[in-house]
Parts: sequence; structure tokens; C-alpha cells
Amino acid sequence: MSTISRRKLITGGLAATAGVAGLATAARLARRYGLIPPDGGGIYGPGETLTYAAQRLLTSHSLAREFPRSMISNPPFRNETAPPSDQYTRLQANNFANWRLTVDGMVAHPTAFSLSDLRALPVHSQITEVACEEGWSYIAEWIGTPLTHVLNEVGVLPQARYVVYFSIQPDWWESIDMADALHPQTFLTMGMNDGDLPYGFGGPLRLRVPRQLGYKSVKYITHITVTDSLKRFGKGLGSASPEGGYAWYAGI
Amino acid sequence: MRHTAIVRVTHWLTVVSFVALLVSGLEIVISHPRFYWGEVGNVNTHPLFTISIPSSRDTVPTGYNYVMPDQNGWSRYLHFEAAWVLVLTGLVYGIAGLLSGHFRRNVFPARGSRNWAAVRKVLAKILRRGPPDEAEAHSYNVVQRATYLAVIFVLFPLVIWTGLDMSPAFTAAFPAAVEVFGGRQSARTLHFFVSGFLVAFLVVHVAMIVLAGFWPRMRAMITGQAAVPPEAL
Repeated sequence: MSTISRRKLITGGLAATAGVAGLATAARLARRYGLIPPDGGGIYGPGETLTYAAQRLLTSHSLAREFPRSMISNPPFRNETAPPSDQYTRLQANNFANWRLTVDGMVAHPTAFSLSDLRALPVHSQITEVACEEGWSYIAEWIGTPLTHVLNEVGVLPQARYVVYFSIQPDWWESIDMADALHPQTFLTMGMNDGDLPYGFGGPLRLRVPRQLGYKSVKYITHITVTDSLKRFGKGLGSASPEGGYAWYAGI
Repeated sequence: MRHTAIVRVTHWLTVVSFVALLVSGLEIVISHPRFYWGEVGNVNTHPLFTISIPSSRDTVPTGYNYVMPDQNGWSRYLHFEAAWVLVLTGLVYGIAGLLSGHFRRNVFPARGSRNWAAVRKVLAKILRRGPPDEAEAHSYNVVQRATYLAVIFVLFPLVIWTGLDMSPAFTAAFPAAVEVFGGRQSARTLHFFVSGFLVAFLVVHVAMIVLAGFWPRMRAMITGQAAVPPEAL
């Protein structure tokens, strides 16, 4: 074995210094351009940050795959859902006439939308796949209004960076960045396969985020908040998922 | 043979990330031990095959009256972090291997041995349990080279590719990458099989190391010293 020469020591030292400086610069740039996810700390932080940053730099504007009508899964797979809360049952008795979607936070005009208010906005449909982190998947037609229309109605302020959304069911909330919030396929879904969205699939109102795994598509949405920071919500990790051990960004 | 520092460092990084990927990958499979072909698959559709183990989700009909604890959270975090280590290590190894001539010298079969006769000769010697000849102490024979070639340039790229096919954001940007396999569930099934081939390689690889002399080979891959000192030949 050769002993370490002075030249090797100097070049090695310079390379290490350059590496550390490079990493520090990369981290500063990533923070500045919003490429660090809210759960980007801890031992799995580097992997999550690389994934999220790579997706935001390379695939921000791509459209989720859509399928022909013939590929719609029949029957679709109904995942486990908790029994409806009392609050839900009361609203259901009235055919959801009193269901409200409250949109507030960093918006010019905080508004409470009824389901018919939402139906009055442009309604679109998409035939996309729901893929669960467990491994299963199905295809369905989702009918609703793109979230971007609702955000236009309330006037999102320029400093907004995230959209946080809450289910009527307790402790069920998620958030997405503006790239996904303003994405044309992110729908406030009210219908499925030419009918009303059933309870088992999130009816009467589910936020579909087709470029991420199923758990980001929260069911029974009643509240949306626009924000510039996720620190104030829950434990500050971005959503209920990281608090339960699952990644905030589920586009993988 | 002497292994360069790049080969040694990338080898051990690959070992660490592969073990992490294998453990976390098996953990993820437990949440849905059913495999399908095509675009979609769920408990309402016919599986290609199922693995007879209890699942960590009670929505999966397994025949067992038992639900395993859910370990998917940390498993998925670890799986994707280890995947980054594997991909970045692979890039360093691949670029260094091309520039240094490592692939040309040590991995692609030598000019004289790119024929079936050479392969037969190696296999016959293995079956006769003949001792390695002098050249094999310093370099790899044609069967070893063909195996490494397949692992480096077919199995690892394929396992990364089929893994990416399960990312809904990746397939949004590159739909053809999943459509060539016939859909998301086909890619998931192939990911499982390619991982199986990599595990088979790992088993044979470790068995060969043990047969060839575990400690000298370990020393060669850690310190870079020749596995067989020249004076011993």
C-alpha cells in the first residue's frame, strides 16, 4: 500500500471543500425555489428532497395519463372508509344542500361554496387512475370543477405557496403546492362514472390529485386554506400523512 | 484482481442500498401481496399470482385470519431514499467505468472468449470442479463477465425503470415508459421479478465468494489489494 502523498492530501482536501460548499449552495437554492418538502428533515429528508425537487424541476406541468372509456374499472375498488360522522349524516339527510366548502387564508375574498355553487363553475371530467401506495389501482371517470377555478373565484394572493384541505372526518387533512393546486387535472370532484360521487369514494366532494398517490385525494372536503407556510398546521410537517409516517409528496 | 477505489466504494454503496431496498420492498409487498398484468389491478380483478402470506391490510383477502402490522410509512421513505443512493452510485460507477476503460477491460468478454466454445470450457471446468487457472486469479472468465454485464446493464436499469413506472408524476411526464410494459400493474409485477433475479444473483455471487475464499475476496474489495498475491501463484 502506498502512503498518502501530499498532493493527494491537497487535492482531496480541495475536493471535499468544494463538495461541502456545493451542497450548501444547492440547499440554499433549493430553499429559495421551494424545492424542499415540508417533511424534508430527518434521516429520510435527503431522499424526499431529491424526489420532490426532481419532480418539480422536470415534471411540473405534465398531465396525468388519461384512459379511454372502455378501460374504466367495473366495479371500481372501494377502499375502507370509516363510518360517516354524525355531522356528515346530518348533512346527508338533507341531500347535502347545507354542505359548504369554506375557502379562506391568503385569498382576496374568503367564500363558502355550496355544492350547487361549485356545479355552476365550469365542470370537466377526466378518466384517470387511482393508484394506492399499497399497490392496487383502478380507473374511473371523475367529474368536477378544477380547483383552479375555485381559486380564481376567491382571488389567491401572490405570496401563496400551498393549499391545505380538510375532510369533514376528524384529523384528515392534506396539502399540495401551487404546481398541483393550479394543475388543470386537480379537481373538486362531485361525480364519478356518470353518477354522483358515492360515499365510499369520497362523495359529495373529494379533491382528486391524479399526479399523486390515492392518499392525497382526500374525501369529504369541507375546508380549503391557502397559505405561504405549512409550519402553522399540525406538527408543521405539511399534512396528516407525515404525522402518520407517510411522505407528504406522494408523486414519488 | 485489483479493484480500483471507485469500484470498491460504489460496490459497497450498492450493497447497502440494495439491502435497504430489498427489506423495504418486501415490507411494501406485504400490504398487497397480489400481482397483476395490465394497467389496473385490485381485489376485484383477477391476479396473475398471489403470495400466500398474511397482508398488512384487512381489505386484502388472504385466507389468513390475521392482519400484519402496517410498516409502509418508513418502508416507503427508506425505499425511495435508498433508490436515490443506488441511482447516483450507478451513475458514478457507469461514467467512471466508461472513462477508465473498466467496462472494456474487466466486464466485456475478452476478444478471444466471445464464443460458445469458451463458455462451454468454463462450464465444463466448473462441473469437473477443476482448479482456477492462472488467468482467473487476475480477471473474470467469460461466464462471470456475461453475468456482470447482465446485472449492470440489464437488471439494474430495468429495476429502476419499472420502479419509476409506479410513480404517477413520472408516468405523467413519460407515459411511454410504462405503456411499453402494458401498464402500471405489469411494471409492478416486472419490478418484483427483476428484484427476484437480482436476489438470485446476490445468492450465487456470495456463494462464489465463499468458494473462492471469503476473507481474501473481502480484503480485495475493501482495501484494493489483489485477492491472490502474485508470489502465491
